[in-house]
Amino acid sequence: MRELGMLEYLQRIVRRQFILAFRVPSEFAIPISFFIMVLALFPLGFGPVVKNSGVIWIVALLASLLSSDRIFKQDYDDGTLDQLLMSPQSLFGSSLAYIFVHWSQTGLPLALISPLVAIMFDLPGSAILPLVVSLLIGTVVLSLIGAIGAALTVGLRKGGALVSLIILPLYVPVLIFGKASVEAAIQGSFFSPPLALLTALACGAVAFAPFAIGAGLRISMEI
Amino acid sequence: MWKFFHKLGSPPWFYSIAGAILRWLVPITLFLLIVGYAWGLLFTAPDFRQGNSYRIMYVHVPAAVVALAGYYVMALAGAICIIWNMKMAEIAMRATAPVGALLTLIALVTGGIWGKPTWGAWWVWDARTTSMLILLFLYIGVIVLYEAYEDKSGGSRAAGILALVGTVNIPIIYKSVDWWYSLHQPASITFTGGSAIESSMLYPLLLMITVFYSLFTCCVLANMRVSLIKRESRSSWVRTLVEED
Repeated sequence: MRELGMLEYLQRIVRRQFILAFRVPSEFAIPISFFIMVLALFPLGFGPVVKNSGVIWIVALLASLLSSDRIFKQDYDDGTLDQLLMSPQSLFGSSLAYIFVHWSQTGLPLALISPLVAIMFDLPGSAILPLVVSLLIGTVVLSLIGAIGAALTVGLRKGGALVSLIILPLYVPVLIFGKASVEAAIQGSFFSPPLALLTALACGAVAFAPFAIGAGLRISMEI
Repeated sequence: MWKFFHKLGSPPWFYSIAGAILRWLVPITLFLLIVGYAWGLLFTAPDFRQGNSYRIMYVHVPAAVVALAGYYVMALAGAICIIWNMKMAEIAMRATAPVGALLTLIALVTGGIWGKPTWGAWWVWDARTTSMLILLFLYIGVIVLYEAYEDKSGGSRAAGILALVGTVNIPIIYKSVDWWYSLHQPASITFTGGSAIESSMLYPLLLMITVFYSLFTCCVLANMRVSLIKRESRSSWVRTLVEED
């Protein structure tokens, strides 16, 4: 059998994950539906005028959280994860491939639909671009952190509720800088400094989170 | 040096050395605790604006300082536990987490009691209080994660990873009062800029911070001794220990 190169290996993981995802297309609808549904709850709770961009960011956090405990679940159950850990290729790359697929199922659609939400919440036009960009970048970090939580709890029987408890405190910096960039644009000042910090956070997370995910997966497979 | 480090990995040796340390540290800490509180509560002048209510600072500030520092201790033990898989580091991490969580809770509760007369509310959602609440949940997350694992060693390493990842939040909590304009005052004591507190109030405060550090050490060491005995209950050194008593 021919040995696979790193890139080809990653391509195959991504392709496999996408095929699995597209087998159940309704899965793509879950984060978006959840996003808009929960956003609709805010006017019901607060009255019809909600002028706060933070609401959109908080719900994006929850939407990403909702699906994060399932990142590795199926592959843990059917033994694919065992194969992944035994392969000579690094776990760093393969966990990034998993996160890329998770992000394109949750973060990407949320960011793409956010201009619509911005109009529904009557945000000024100048805030739409920072909202989309900050969501695009911020949800990458959210997916990475969510994957850490998922990797640490995938071997546990009652993982789901635990994931939300251990992940949510780690989401805080993303929320702070994501919200700050939208808020800055609404107030008409520069939104690039918080956005730059958010991007730095994303770069750091891409560089370091896969190590934590790999270590977490190894622990989960041992027990 | 290295020999000492290696010896720390041996449960019976650690048990006896921790016992010896505690025998001295506990009385000294309790004595200084009484001295510090007598000094702070009885012998310092009331504050110009806050009257006597500021005196809760002698509980609030030390608890908050040590709660933040305790997280680093826990994360460091977690790192040692992941990298070298040392059993003692595992036990140290598990012993630190509840103590740190308790200190965070004390800081939050005393903050509320202090806030009522000075800010006019028990709880204010400002940067420092909110981030301290998140610190409490970081601690709780670590505790819950290792309790969820049936396999103790796996659970400790998993919790260690979580503790390490959580350290990114600590500078944000620490700096929150400087970065955001908030109701909570910015840091009054800095290494470089001196202190904004009158020295007659500062010295008892510094004493109390030291006392809380050693109180923290006492609690962690005592906690570690208990979990060592529980964990090694079948081994020969625990049996001889029990038979001796």
